[in-house]
Amino acid sequence: MTYFSKLALAALLATATLPVATLSALAQDVTVGALTLSGAWTRATPPQARAGGGFLTITNSGEADRLVAAVSPVSNRTEIHEMAVVDGVMKMREMADGVEVPAGGTLELKPGSYHVMFMDIVEPLKEGETVTATLTFEKAGDVEVAFTVEKMGAKGMSGHGMPGHGKQGIKE
Amino acid sequence: MSALKILRYVAWAAVIALLGAMGYVGYQQYVAPEGEGLISPVASIGGPFTMTDASTGKIVTDADFRGKPAAYFFGFTFCPDVCPTTLAETQMWIEQLGPDADKMNFAFVSVDPERDTPEVMRDYVAAFDKRIRPLTGTPEQAEQMIKAYRVYARRVPLDDGDYTMDHSAAVFLMDKDNRFVGTIAYDEAPENAMAKLRRLIDNAS
Repeated sequence: MTYFSKLALAALLATATLPVATLSALAQDVTVGALTLSGAWTRATPPQARAGGGFLTITNSGEADRLVAAVSPVSNRTEIHEMAVVDGVMKMREMADGVEVPAGGTLELKPGSYHVMFMDIVEPLKEGETVTATLTFEKAGDVEVAFTVEKMGAKGMSGHGMPGHGKQGIKE
Repeated sequence: MSALKILRYVAWAAVIALLGAMGYVGYQQYVAPEGEGLISPVASIGGPFTMTDASTGKIVTDADFRGKPAAYFFGFTFCPDVCPTTLAETQMWIEQLGPDADKMNFAFVSVDPERDTPEVMRDYVAAFDKRIRPLTGTPEQAEQMIKAYRVYARRVPLDDGDYTMDHSAAVFLMDKDNRFVGTIAYDEAPENAMAKLRRLIDNAS
C-alpha cells in the first residue's frame, strides 16, 4: 500500500468509529451491580412547563432491589412517582419508599405508570438533547443514566430499537 | 290516657308512616324512575362558564363556543404525562381533520388556576396547536366550570409544599348547543377518537 492509501484507510477507519463514539454519548445500556438500565428517555417540555417525566427499563439479574431516589442537574427536585388512570381519573403519587426491582425480573418506568419526576426544571427539555440523572438503588447504589429527549407528548422512544445496539438514539 | 290507648296511637302512627314511606318509594321506583342507575342525568353535564382565553387575554363564555361542537380537556401544566400526551393527541386529531378542524372548538381548561396563569397557559398550549384554546380563570371561575362539567379535580399535596392534581383524564365532547354527548377516553385508539370527532362534526352540519 502506498503511504497515501494507508493514510486514507486510517482516516476512513477513524471516521467510521465516530458514529460509535457518538452513540456512547447517547442513551444506552448502563450496568450497576446486577442491574441493567436501558431505553432511558424523556419528553421535550412545552414552554412554561415546570415538570417532566423520565422513563426507562431496569432488568435485574440478581436479588431484589429498590429504586429509592433520583437527582438531576435539570431539576431542583427529583422524585419517583406512580401515575395511574383509574376509572377515568388521573392520579399521581410519590413513591416515598421507592419501587421494587424484582429479583431476576424487570421494572419498567413507562407512560401511564412509574416515572422519574423532574420537578421544578431549571430550563425546558429540548428534543434531541440528553438529560442525565443519578438513580440510587438500595443495594446496587448510584448510577448515572442519560435520558434521550424525545418530542413533546411522545408515546415512546423513537426508533423502537434497543439502545446501544447501533440503531437507537440517532435523531433525524 | 291509658297505656293501651297510647300504644294504639303509636302503632297507628307507625302504620301511617310505613304506608307513607311505601308510597314514596313506590312513586320513585315506578312513576318517576331516574336515569336507570345513573347518579345524575347526563343532561346535567355542561353549562355556562366564564373563563379567560389565555391566547387572547379576553374573557370567554360558553356562548362564545356555541354554534360549533367542542372538545374540552381538563388538566394542568404541572402534569408530566397525561396532559402533554393528550394535548399531543389533540394536535394529531386536528391535523387529521384538516379543514374540518375549524368546524369544531378545542379547549384545554386548567383545573389548577393558581399555578396556571394566562401567561403560563398561553405559552404551554401554543407549543401544541394554536387552535386549542387555553382556558383559565380565577379559582372561583375554574371551580364553577369544573362543577358544571362534573369534572373530577382534587389537589393532592406532595413534599415541599408542591402539589399535584388528580383529575378526569377524558376529553369531553359537546354538541353545538353545548350539550354533553360523550367522551374520548385517555389512550383511546386514534381511529375511535377520529370517528367520534367526525360524527360530532357531521351531526352539527
